[in-house]
Amino acid sequence: MNIQTQIRRTAAEDALLQAFVERAEYLPGDTEVAEKRSAAVELLKRGLPNRKVEAWHYTDLRRLLSFVPAFDLTAHAAPREPLLAGSAVLPVLNGVAGEAQVPEGISVASVASKLTDGSLASLLGPADADDTVSAINSAFAADGFAVDIPAGTALERPIELQNVQAGGQVHTRFAVRAGEDAKATIVERQTGEGDALVSSVSHLDVGDGAEILYLIIQEQPEGASHLGQINVKIGKDAKLTLFVMNAGGKLVRQELRLVAEGEGSEFRLRGVNLLSGETHCDVTMVLDHVGPATVSTETIRNVVTDKAEGAFQGQIRVARQAQKTDAKMACNTLLLSDEGGFSSKPELEIFADDVACGHGATVTEIEADHLFYLMARGIDEKTARGLLVKAFVAEVIEELENEPVIEALEAKLDAWFAKHG
Amino acid sequence: MLEIKNLHARIAEDGTEILRGVDLTVKAGEVAAIMGPNGSGKSTLSYVLAGREDYEVTEGDILFNGESILEMDPAERAAAGLFLAFQYPMEIPGVATMEFLKVAMNAQRKARGQEELKIPELMKRVRGAAEALDMDISMLKRPLNVGFSGGEKKRAEILQMKLLEPALCVLDETDSGLDIDALKIVADGVNALRSPDRTIVVITHYQRLLDYIVPDSVHVLYRGRVVRSGEKELAQELEKNGYAGLVGEAA
Repeated sequence: MNIQTQIRRTAAEDALLQAFVERAEYLPGDTEVAEKRSAAVELLKRGLPNRKVEAWHYTDLRRLLSFVPAFDLTAHAAPREPLLAGSAVLPVLNGVAGEAQVPEGISVASVASKLTDGSLASLLGPADADDTVSAINSAFAADGFAVDIPAGTALERPIELQNVQAGGQVHTRFAVRAGEDAKATIVERQTGEGDALVSSVSHLDVGDGAEILYLIIQEQPEGASHLGQINVKIGKDAKLTLFVMNAGGKLVRQELRLVAEGEGSEFRLRGVNLLSGETHCDVTMVLDHVGPATVSTETIRNVVTDKAEGAFQGQIRVARQAQKTDAKMACNTLLLSDEGGFSSKPELEIFADDVACGHGATVTEIEADHLFYLMARGIDEKTARGLLVKAFVAEVIEELENEPVIEALEAKLDAWFAKHG
Repeated sequence: MLEIKNLHARIAEDGTEILRGVDLTVKAGEVAAIMGPNGSGKSTLSYVLAGREDYEVTEGDILFNGESILEMDPAERAAAGLFLAFQYPMEIPGVATMEFLKVAMNAQRKARGQEELKIPELMKRVRGAAEALDMDISMLKRPLNVGFSGGEKKRAEILQMKLLEPALCVLDETDSGLDIDALKIVADGVNALRSPDRTIVVITHYQRLLDYIVPDSVHVLYRGRVVRSGEKELAQELEKNGYAGLVGEAA
């Protein structure tokens, strides 16, 4: 190896590689898993992506990930109250699977056990050279939960996957498989207390005819860096609603990688990004319409205050055989500060000839007319602004058409506005 | 009592002067009609009364019960008892009408040092007021004014007026876009609010509304000034002869 061709590593890159040297022998996995980990580390040795890498254009990870903390294996994290009352909670506490509440009829296993026996090995490894999130996670992931919902099962209780960090580094995997015609509501909570580096990679396999509501709620504290990813396969005639809320973190990258595989599936993405302080938050979606007559709509609403920066990259690729695809994407931002900003980059790659695809993006301020109307009814300016900002995002939440979920999410909104409004 | 004294106002953005010395006094218990051709400054007057920021008052004063309201923002004016029924009520997506009514009613009660209304009492009042205006209560679950017809929006304005119990009501072209049945219902709603301690200002282009809301005084606004005042017969005269004669006199 010619050492001179190597670029100079940042302190964060060095710290990541050093952490692997120290942790490798304690990480669970069979030979195949170990090989996958080594391969992932090889990718990391090439350095973190900077803004010249197109997929990372809005998030220069090499510059923004300025600090990689050491693992803190003694730190203690406690499970949280679930978002939805009555949920079965599956907590990962500071990177280790805790005691799980398992609803009847479904099977749950720890990711550590599935890495040890090698049965989850195929999920490890970056999908491509730009897949830094999975590379970091594949190198270090030690635990999480694998959930299997059998065909035909309609879960009454929601399942809540919790990834609660207590500082240091936490790398977690979740894998959910919903069998044919299964119905379920699944919440993925990303939260904690420390200035941690968190990576969390999830897999969701939505079987033919299944109906799934999957909510990702990211509320890291303001010193944490969060690298999230979900990899989704949507089967024939299946319906998936994916809701993503980002309301915290210092550096956040949330990747959504979806394949609408089966014919006639319906996919909805609803996203709410509440950005304050000096948060940098990037939601990047790649959606492949592979099956014919697949429908998708993507609506992202952002509220930006203070010096926060955000980005949404939405790429929709329609394969040649995916005729009759119908896709609509919208990204709307309410900018409440001159110092904040939000970038939106829609991208359509269409190889079929009979499709309907559209996208739109807006950046607006609070409408003076609306504010005047509310104030003319005696509502003070601060309250009136709060109502209008909440209305802007609540519209997306109300589309979920599920009362307990809407109420729980609106309570989250209220809590955020009380703190940052 | 409302006293407008030598009021001059211009559009903040480009400095165009719209009101050029309006003088008008409306006593408590009085219903005053302000009429005038298009572009005479009628809507501007209503917005300046309500405190819209798009206009700057450059001279004169507005006194309500003897106190100047010029330094108050729109919410403070509303809490002091002023209500503007909009010519074009805003559609506000995402804010449920019922929630809006609750926040507005309780904001005003709080500003006046009254106790907030609990949900059951609030619902009772809203339901009662909506029935009197022949409004479908299910409309109130929808976002504020979104998808309401022109007539529904005007009724919703009067509903708010009834619930907020203002001491000074300003109705800006409330008759526009209403058919005759809706006009009667809206007029009944306004007439029900007539009281010795309430001042009502009805702004309208046509005499038609004044058949149903009979004013105590009529004032003609032209080129930003009140050029003539009289009793209710003045409205009929204007209907018959148009504004042309008056305009000649004023010029």
